[in-house]
Amino acid sequence: MSSVSTIGQVLNGIVPVMCVTLAGIACMLAEAFRRRGERMPIGGLGLIGLAGAGASAVLLWGRRAGCLGVAEADDFGLFVQLVLVGIGVLTIVFSSDAVEREGLPAGEYYALTMFALAGMMLMAVATDLLVIFLALEVFSLALYAMTGLRRRVYASAEGAFKYFILGGFSSAFFLYGVAFAFGLSGSTHLDRLAAHVQAHAPAGGLLLLVAMGLLLAGFAFKVAAVPFHMWTPDAYESAPTVVTGFMSTAVKAAAFAAFIRVFLHAFGPLRADWLPVVWVLAICTMILGSVVGVVQVNLKRMLAYSSIAHGGYLLVALASGDEVGRAAILFYLVVYAVTNVGAFAVIALLDSREAPMLTLDDYRGLWHRSPFLSGMLAVFLLSLGGFPPFAGFVAKWYVFTAAVRADQYALAIVGVLTSVVSVFFYLRIIVMMYMADKAAEAAPAALPRVPKPAAAALWLSVAALLYLGVLPTRVVEIAARAVASVF
Amino acid sequence: MAVAPVLTILIALPLAAAALLAAVPDGGGRRDAFVRRFALGASLAELAAALWAWSRFDASQPGFQMVERADWIPSFGIQYAVGVDGISLFLVVLTGFLTPLALLGSWRSVHKKVKAFSVFMLVLESAMVGVFLALDMFLFYVFWDAMLIPMYFLIGVWGYERRVYAAVKFILFTMAGSVLMLVAILTVAYLHSAATGAYSFGYEAWLRLALPKGTQVWLFLAFAVAFAIKVPLFPFHTWLPDAHVEAPTAGSVILAGVLLKMGTYGLLRFAFPLFPQAAAEFAPALAVLAVVGIVYGALVAMVQPDLKKLVAYSSVSHLGFVVLGIAAMNVQGVQGAVYQMLNHGVSTGALFLIVGMLSDRRHTRLIAEFGGLKHVMPRLVAAFFVITLSSIGLPGLNGFVGEFLILLGAFRWNPWLAAAAASGVILSAVYMLWMFQRVNYGSVTNPKNEGLPDMDRREGWVLVPAIAMAVFMGVAPWVFLRPMTPAVERIVSRMAEAEPARAGTAPGREPGPADVPAALAVTGVEEEPGPSGPR
Repeated sequence: MSSVSTIGQVLNGIVPVMCVTLAGIACMLAEAFRRRGERMPIGGLGLIGLAGAGASAVLLWGRRAGCLGVAEADDFGLFVQLVLVGIGVLTIVFSSDAVEREGLPAGEYYALTMFALAGMMLMAVATDLLVIFLALEVFSLALYAMTGLRRRVYASAEGAFKYFILGGFSSAFFLYGVAFAFGLSGSTHLDRLAAHVQAHAPAGGLLLLVAMGLLLAGFAFKVAAVPFHMWTPDAYESAPTVVTGFMSTAVKAAAFAAFIRVFLHAFGPLRADWLPVVWVLAICTMILGSVVGVVQVNLKRMLAYSSIAHGGYLLVALASGDEVGRAAILFYLVVYAVTNVGAFAVIALLDSREAPMLTLDDYRGLWHRSPFLSGMLAVFLLSLGGFPPFAGFVAKWYVFTAAVRADQYALAIVGVLTSVVSVFFYLRIIVMMYMADKAAEAAPAALPRVPKPAAAALWLSVAALLYLGVLPTRVVEIAARAVASVF
Repeated sequence: MAVAPVLTILIALPLAAAALLAAVPDGGGRRDAFVRRFALGASLAELAAALWAWSRFDASQPGFQMVERADWIPSFGIQYAVGVDGISLFLVVLTGFLTPLALLGSWRSVHKKVKAFSVFMLVLESAMVGVFLALDMFLFYVFWDAMLIPMYFLIGVWGYERRVYAAVKFILFTMAGSVLMLVAILTVAYLHSAATGAYSFGYEAWLRLALPKGTQVWLFLAFAVAFAIKVPLFPFHTWLPDAHVEAPTAGSVILAGVLLKMGTYGLLRFAFPLFPQAAAEFAPALAVLAVVGIVYGALVAMVQPDLKKLVAYSSVSHLGFVVLGIAAMNVQGVQGAVYQMLNHGVSTGALFLIVGMLSDRRHTRLIAEFGGLKHVMPRLVAAFFVITLSSIGLPGLNGFVGEFLILLGAFRWNPWLAAAAASGVILSAVYMLWMFQRVNYGSVTNPKNEGLPDMDRREGWVLVPAIAMAVFMGVAPWVFLRPMTPAVERIVSRMAEAEPARAGTAPGREPGPADVPAALAVTGVEEEPGPSGPR
């Protein structure tokens, strides 16, 4: 084997990540060479990169290509990467209009999106704690900046700053956990950590528990588990709406991929120790997310709490801990990504600086003004609420199947009951759109036109939700096989 | 086999029609007329399909017929499985019967968003038929939950003043019950995989599963609460008056006529046979609640100033009879329960249609606002009269057969409960006749009632089929009872096998239930037309 081909093979596993990174650099360069006032399809560069990433992820499927022993493109990671690619594509398509309307700096916006995605995709395949940390920081930094992208908006800066401070804090926790893990096992690689844990299970020793606890805190922050969720509503509200849709889904996908690798693989033998903690986190997250969501009047905050609650359902699947639980997480991530990005996209398409569409009351009688967008939003909300025949139902069914299998009846029962509570606030929006009497004012401001690509993407999302809700078999099997081939 | 997939057609036909309608661009008055006709045509085609299924139904078989199966999510043993037996067949026919009436009944009263209204009605019909036909619990749950969405929109968009409150209350009550049933369904599927090594959601497979009694209790409770909310059984009924009153006429008709039956159907098809030992344990409690509901519903109906609310509370009372018949778990009781489901669908559906016609004319539903209508619109009042009598259960009309069989069955099981329930028969005569008298007799006291138009031809087409059906079901009950008997016996004998102790706890006088049903089934059916026929 010549050394050249070795280098080629060594990097195989991160080809998708590289595609996205290069696209991000291209976006940045394009912006740098753009003359003032010149229009450039920068988002298109991102789409090209994502297409490359998607294609390479598909080509890598089933090959377990590694990279320097710190990342491994196994099917599980690739599945998450494909979800992330999908989120990225949808985000870019929905952004084109909003970026212009909100006056966001296009080059920075797309470059940051790409870098965030690169970090997340790396996190999905990373098998070394340090690389996981690296990836976490890459996407976190990009997201802090994206949250504060509306420079002239005071609240935007406030939210970004809060997110940054708290996020930095949680990263420190995570890194501290990595240090402990390294000190104990002499390596940051998950396999060697797993071997160490295996050798010392079931009595892990105090230091191992400390390491585990610190890592858990870091992950819990990223997936916005209660009580580490404080940043979420503020950050989600202050970020541009398309960014909110992006970060509410993509972060969860990436973080849960690494969460599963670290806790179900490396710390798997210590499940008895971490299960009670995750159990409590899941219960608190589901309850707080749905109950507090009920009293929100700002749609973005409402959906922020909704996504906290959905993080709780993912934690339920994590707590169940077997292969069904893992596959359930993968399926849930797909569905949640399509639904949540779509829901935020509708808000982004409706909202404009002159006529904000952020509070519940703004949606009064929307049906009469825009049947298309209100119909789309209704479908996304019903899917989030878990109504058949939309995919949200199958996703919840999968998660609760995993919980019941693992004898976690309490989690399943709390899960279904909180989903009823959350249905209440999803329905509030639908009530406003469809059932409330028309707004008192004579002629509300005209709604912005929906650009064709965005409309097509919305139709596609709804079609995907129906497909996954009525014929979920294929994706369910792919998720199950992706999990079975790895763990 | 070159046999047409009747049941799939039954589920898909309204859905396809709804999809076609949804593709029609929104438009003005002329297009609305087209949309109305199209929806009515589709629902009539569905009725024809339901009758076609009936014509192909073999009345001598106890099991499921015309079964269709296809793998859906094989790794969890989930199938698309549909089939009918003598119980679900008639509920499907009832759905097919009531939907065109509901559509025709709201021909004039629905003005806004006619297209969306028609689409939701057809989607709802599809989901309802799916609930009755599903033989796979996952599929059943999908239809059960999917049905909530169109109903929610029907109440919330086209309803009366407090429609939003009613719609949200309806959907949250139903969901709160049904999500626990979802957990129970997942649990049984898991227990199935633990027992046999493979997941299954198939109804027939679950019937073969022998569950320990302690487990059954929890599962039964989860199922029973979900269904009891839907029925609604006494303490869970509070959503019903709101939903019925605020829903548009078509919504009330479907809600009362079909949706409530899903609860009793669920008890009869799933909760009792799947968890027979637990069911036997809880049957007395259910029966007591049912009797409380019968009396309570009747008493509350008596004092209602609002016509629609009166009919709504009468539903609580009537559905109490159905639950009592199911809880009795003998052939007469169950047959009566199924028959009463059909009766109630026809009678109460027609009552809601009539109330809708009155409210279309006067824009009020308060009894005190009417009076002496007999002089103003004799034909509508005549129809009203027949339907009132059928709701009371006058011999010769449909209501009598069901109530009689239920009381017969309940008496064999527990005479005290039967006696208490029988008071409901009297009370129903009181509140219905008193209401009828105040609305229709006397002189026209309110000048607004003078000159109201009588029943027109469209309304005639709505009410005449309902009246004809009420009479037909009253004089020829065997047409319905005979095909359902094998299926009823199958459920009853399953209950008897699972709980032989039942005979000891029940103060009935029969030697033992296991050998009784077959013998009494024949007599029960054959004798029945006797007392009702000649009158």
